[in-house]
Amino acid sequence: MADLSRDDVAHLASLARIDLTDAELDTMVGELGQIISSVEAVQQAPIGAVEPMSHPMPITNVTRPDVVRPSLTPEEALAGAPDSELSRFAVPRILTED
Amino acid sequence: MSDPTRMTAAALADALASGDLSSEQVTRAHLDRIEGVDETIGAYLHVSGESALAEARAVDERRAKGEDLHRLAGVPIAVKDVMTTTGIPTTAGSRMLEGWIPPYDATVVGKLKAAGLPILGKTNMDEFAMGSSTERSAFGLTRNPWDLDRIPGGSGGGSSAVVSSWQAPFATGTDTGGSIRQPAALTGSVGVKPTYGAISRYGLIAMASSLDQAGPCARTVLDTALLHEVMAGHDPLDSTSIDAPVPDVVGAARRADVAGMRVGIVKELTGEGFAPQVQARFDEAVQHLVDAGAEVVEVSCPNFVYALGAYYLIMPSEASSNLARFDAMRYGLRVAPEGVDAPSAEQVMAASRDAGFGDEVKRRIILGTYALSSGYYDAYYGSAQKVRRLIADDFATAFEVADVLVSPTAPTTAFRFGEKTDDPMAMYRGDIATIPANLAGIPGMSLPSGLAEDGLPAGFQVLAPAMADDRLYTVGAALEQRLVSAWGGHLLEQVPELATTKGA
Repeated sequence: MADLSRDDVAHLASLARIDLTDAELDTMVGELGQIISSVEAVQQAPIGAVEPMSHPMPITNVTRPDVVRPSLTPEEALAGAPDSELSRFAVPRILTED
Repeated sequence: MSDPTRMTAAALADALASGDLSSEQVTRAHLDRIEGVDETIGAYLHVSGESALAEARAVDERRAKGEDLHRLAGVPIAVKDVMTTTGIPTTAGSRMLEGWIPPYDATVVGKLKAAGLPILGKTNMDEFAMGSSTERSAFGLTRNPWDLDRIPGGSGGGSSAVVSSWQAPFATGTDTGGSIRQPAALTGSVGVKPTYGAISRYGLIAMASSLDQAGPCARTVLDTALLHEVMAGHDPLDSTSIDAPVPDVVGAARRADVAGMRVGIVKELTGEGFAPQVQARFDEAVQHLVDAGAEVVEVSCPNFVYALGAYYLIMPSEASSNLARFDAMRYGLRVAPEGVDAPSAEQVMAASRDAGFGDEVKRRIILGTYALSSGYYDAYYGSAQKVRRLIADDFATAFEVADVLVSPTAPTTAFRFGEKTDDPMAMYRGDIATIPANLAGIPGMSLPSGLAEDGLPAGFQVLAPAMADDRLYTVGAALEQRLVSAWGGHLLEQVPELATTKGA
């Protein structure tokens, strides 16, 4: 299971939107294989009929009344933006011209 | 009057209340200390001297007018750089957020400000809290004040190093798999991971949401209790925040009476895998608890052998999801890919995330992406969630026969820089004793148990059932009293003096 190929890691990186260099890919293949071999041990645990636990505390959804209240101003919200225009976030295009 | 930087937070609070010291004096003394030694230690990423002094003067003025102030008002504090702070840059140790100044305060930070604690600055950390050594910060490593060639632990190495090098009386931390307790152990300080949900996560830059927990770092058990009390409480802005009264942790620390308490030694977290000298300090500490009237029982938690595997599947899975927000669109770094004319949003994201994230962060995001991917989900993430249940059940069984559980905090003392950077699993194994508490959501404390043969501190961990955080403080304070008496003073008084590079 842990025999991840270089192509597998490149595919995972593209799913995670990380543009790895060739050198990073080479290093990552070996390290990930080693980590996955170690963590695979969870499958040896007596987990047959065990109910999965996604969270340490019993939690329920929390709602609040739908009322207007103070929030960030447009200037505050845009203060850390890489680029902005006309009080909006400026982002690169997502559609090609074709 | 003693040097304010050598005083505990509790002593500083008393001196401020009695008028023996002003907050401005205390804050200035710490800023001078930071200027003098932090070039050597590298514990602060940002020092906010002017705003700290302004807050200190404001507290002094309010006290002079006879206002009713919080008992810690005027005692300065350092804040881990994973917590958002208006007006002070917040980076979580990452290039991805370099220069970002948040437009809002984390709830914890708001509570510190409301109590009148001047914020000295932001402490260094492993990038996005991923690491056990504070070598993974994008802005340089933090050194262990006990030995400058060694790591201070991680990810909260900056917070533990500021308190153990007299640069702040206490600091905030966050603990996802041991990031408060392990650095406390390695620097001879005290660190507490409260019950999951006891302190708000609003405004904490998330790594793994079901595991992350903020908590206090200090030099004494009482000081951690005082800070715990300020930080804790229900927060409507955090849907996982517990809506229940905060246990009387300060009262528990002052009580320090373990007579009749049942202390469980976790068989799986002692002995093999733990350095003999770390184990020896642990055994001596247990004997002190027995001498103080505690009853010792051995407990077994057989599924703990799977805890590391479960943690290193659940944590990266949640991290890969949380860190998807760093997409170069609304805040943070934006990098254009090389050689691409008019790049698309997706290409900009991928190039920015490669440039902004360090190796450990990339590794965990990709591991999480793998663990959650179709075809492997049941084998990895699903199995890990089931193991998590087994571990919580192990704790529940153990707490039927013991009021608290104890173990060494970390298997070894602090290692040298670079010693484990090329071997991720060796690094991860350092968290073997701290991780189970995060998986189950229970509280844990680390306090110093003494020095090993190498002259470096070892840590003693106390664990309690969820919502019984006060038990940590009762046991921790009782042990601390005995140890300090046996040592003839606090362990940190043995920290080597640092050469002052400038300023004071």
